[in-house]
Formats: sequence, structure tokens, C-alpha cells
Amino acid sequence: MSVLTFTLTSEPPERLDLSDFTPQALAGLSVSEIETMRVGQSRRALRVADVFRISGEPGDTIIFEGGSSRLDGVGTGMSEGAIRVIGEVGARAGRAMRGGTLIVEGDCGPHAGSGMRGGRLSISGNAGDYLGAPLAGELAGMAGGVLTVAGRAGDFAGDRMRRGLIVVLEGAGDHVGCRMIAGTLVVCGGAGAMPGYLMRRGSILLDHAPASLSPSFVESGAPDSVFAALIDRYLVREGILDHPILGLAPRRFSGDNAVLGLGEIMFPG
Amino acid sequence: MPDLNVNGVAIDDTFAEAFGMRATAIVITGPNRKWARQAAITMTGFATSVIGCGCEAGIDVELSEDETPDGRPGVRVMVFAMSTDELQKQLQNRIGQCVLTSPGSACFAGLIGPTELKMGAALRYFGDGYQISKKLGGRHFWRIPVMDGEFVCEATTGLTKEAVGGGNLLLLARSSAQTLAAAEAAVERINAVPGVIMPFPGGVVRSGSKIGGKYKGMIASTNDAFAPTLKGTVKSALDPDINAVLEIVIDGETSDAVAAAMRAGIQAVVELGPEQGAARISAGNYGGKLGKFLYHLKDLLP
Repeated sequence: MSVLTFTLTSEPPERLDLSDFTPQALAGLSVSEIETMRVGQSRRALRVADVFRISGEPGDTIIFEGGSSRLDGVGTGMSEGAIRVIGEVGARAGRAMRGGTLIVEGDCGPHAGSGMRGGRLSISGNAGDYLGAPLAGELAGMAGGVLTVAGRAGDFAGDRMRRGLIVVLEGAGDHVGCRMIAGTLVVCGGAGAMPGYLMRRGSILLDHAPASLSPSFVESGAPDSVFAALIDRYLVREGILDHPILGLAPRRFSGDNAVLGLGEIMFPG
Repeated sequence: MPDLNVNGVAIDDTFAEAFGMRATAIVITGPNRKWARQAAITMTGFATSVIGCGCEAGIDVELSEDETPDGRPGVRVMVFAMSTDELQKQLQNRIGQCVLTSPGSACFAGLIGPTELKMGAALRYFGDGYQISKKLGGRHFWRIPVMDGEFVCEATTGLTKEAVGGGNLLLLARSSAQTLAAAEAAVERINAVPGVIMPFPGGVVRSGSKIGGKYKGMIASTNDAFAPTLKGTVKSALDPDINAVLEIVIDGETSDAVAAAMRAGIQAVVELGPEQGAARISAGNYGGKLGKFLYHLKDLLP
């Protein structure tokens, strides 16, 4: 297994677009070819060698050593292999990824996991707004894969989510799961205002009762739930959570009845 | 014919003849062991023989809370049929009528195979538009709202074409009580063998059959050679002191499982001995020309 390491030599003077630096995009290129690829997004036209020192050789793993909030689009469209960032990244990390593993050992900017369709994105720090959400003009957000945030997520996490699983461990901002189409969104540590605002279908699972809930959600009982047992056991087995959150018979609210109303918000009873 | 003898029990130098079948397995869970078992028992009712029931089904093993997907008590049920289409039809009808209806039940795949049979993928329409699809870790579940909450059913389960149906043991004894004791001992021992079911009542069949009969249209008729009341009338396979015969029929996920089950059954009967149980063990076959799988008793001695 060969590893290609990009070591950041200094704080970039402009935003960098790293969307072309995935294992499959760099396969077959030589180190010298990679060093001359353009990464800068301004007239300055920075090349890789201007900001990174490269070691190793292209293969199925890429490591970015040293992070910056100016590193945008890390892992865009990746379909296989692994990318690990030791440090923070900017906007759109894991944008439209389809497979493989992207690990960010730091914070992410907005639109992390935007429109991802498969694979696994793990963020050990905080995520900005619009986690997994669509870019402007797109009809659906995340459509598959597993996205975990060990820290906190900003506003509009899981906006227009359609499939897949998002887990946020230390709370999320306002409007988590707004306009959700389907999928599963787990938020521990508290969600902000109006979770599930205008959601059509899908599940928002919380570790305690939401502080504020849109009046267009209605309580729909707390029968014993096999689904709760399945998701609890899955999250613990995968090492995403260290303890089950829902329990045997979670409370359930259905909504958002301002739209289709087939979604649900569940939390332990 | 008896030329082998273990612990006073004569063992015929013959073989059981079995057939290739299609099989699937599912895991049924319930709020407690009683109701998990109840759903499984109901689902495997009237599933003794493909001749009249469409499939053969039974409980393979009981599963502890640690072994089921939802952490509740469960049972693994196996269903056998002669074709994939018939198996699909039987599986769907039986889950729909017997498991979906059972209080607190849930239903999961019990077999991984290249071919898939629909479970929740077909039953989801019972949800009338309120069903919910969930994919977790590569598995697909359907949540169907019902009156005690939700029926959770995995979308599909696997199918195996390696299954074998019709492994058998014939237990010959001097009295009805003795052959019943031998049969019960064999069933108890075979129950512990994984991957096999005994589809007949309590695992035992008293009406062994031969192929065809004197009446037109009869697929099977009584196994006259082993019927004690016909000893003087037909060419009987029974010794003068044999007055009752019971058969254990075994379906297995693999040929090895059937062999292991027959071996376990023989061992149990031999250990019981001729005074308490069977005086002789034989097996049913059709001359070895019809079935793909032959199990010679002499290869399965304890």
C-alpha cells in the first residue's frame, strides 16, 4: 500500500482547491507532475510545490499533513481509497464523495459532505454550517454513506438529506434536518431551534428532548421500537457511539405536517 | 440383511436417499422467547412435506439476545422447497400471515446467498404508503406500522441451492412405546445439530411412503414393506419381532449437515439400546437412482 503525503509548508496566501487530489485522480501521475498541478484559486496561480512538500508515491492513500481553513474541496468525488487530513480543512470537504474514507482530524468549514453518495467521512473536530447539504440550486443533499462529526455541527446540518446516515456527537445548530427527504440524522448533545423544519420523510434521532420543536410536529406515541434497537446497536457496534441513545421505547413526533408529514423525531422517553 | 450391530442395535447395510432442494433461512425475534417461538411455530405449521404443503419448514436453532440483530430473543427458521419460485411464494405467504401478525415480532435474513428472496420488499405494501425504508450498514429494513407499533422486516434473505431434503432414519422396535422412545431420543439429539430441521410433527413421521400406488394420481402411498400389519401380506422388510416403525426425516442446509444429523440420531438410538428403544435402524431409499445424495448408515456409525 503506497501513501502519498502532502506536507503543508506554510499557511497558504489564498484559498486552495484540492478537489483534484483524490487517490483515483492522482493514480498514474508522477510526483513531478503532481507538483506542477495548480491549486490556487486566484490570479496568483499557486502550484502544489509552492505550498506543499510531497513525499511517498501515488497509491490508495493520501495524507495531508498540516491543515488550514483555506483547504477547500478535499476528497471531492472520491470513490475509493483513503484520504487523511491531519489538521483542519475549509469548505466542501468530501463534497459528492461516492466511496472510500475521508478522515479529517480537525475542524471542517461549511458544506462538509455536501451531496455525498457513499463512503465514510469522519470529522474529529467541528463542522460548519450546511453539513451534508446541497449547494445552491441542487434539489437533494446527502444521498448515501456515513458522515460522523465528533464535535459540533453548525446550522442546517442534513438539509435536504435524502439517504445515508449523519451522526453529530456534540450538538448541532438550528434547523438540523430541515427539508429532509429521507435518511437518518443522529444528534447528541442538543439541537438548536426547529429541528426537522419542513422535513418530508426521514428520521432525526436525538439523545434528549429537543428544546424547541415546530408546532407542525405531533406526538405519535412511544411503542416498543425494534428500529430503535437496530440503530442503537448499529451505532455502538460501529464505534460511532459508546452507548445506546434511544432505548427500548423512545418518544416519537411525526412531521413536518406543514409538508408531507412522514418524517419522525425520536428521543428517549 | 442386518450385518452390523452396535450396543445390541442392529444397523442395516443400507442408505438414505435424499434430494437437492432450495432453502432459505430467516431469523424471527419477539419481545420474549415465548412470542418469538410462537411466531416461528405458527409460520412452520403445515409444512411437513413438499408433496402437500408446498414447502418443508422448521425451527433450526434458538438464538440468544446476543445473536439477533435487534438484541431480543429469536429463533432461526429454515424453509425448503423444490423451486425458487415456490420457495418465494411460501416464504412471503408464511411471513405475511404468521410473522407479521404475531405480537411484537420482527423478521431478519438468516442466510447469506448469491440469490435473494423478498421478505420486507414484498410485505412493505401492507404499510399502505406509511412504510419506512431504512438502510443500515449494508442491510435494508422495512418498518411497517401495525397496531402494536412497527413490524420491522429485512427486505430480503438469501437462498441456497446446496440444500438437501429427505435424509432419514427408520427406527424399528418391538413395540410402539419403544420406537417412540427411540424417535424422541434421536430428535432431541438432532435438534442440537445446526443447519437442519425435521419438518414432521415433533420431528417424527409414522406414515413413511413409497413412490406411487395402485390408485391413479397417487404420488405417494404407504410404505407397505415397513408396515407391521402387512408382514404376512407383502414382501416385508420387518423381522417377526418388529411391531412398530417410526421415521425421522431430515432437511439440511448442506449435505454435511444432513450427514451430521443422521450420525447424531444414530448415536442417540444406539445409546438408548434395544430394550428401551429401537432394535434395528434402517433407512429409506429408492434404489439409489432418484436422489443425488446417498447416506450409507455404515459410514455414520458412532
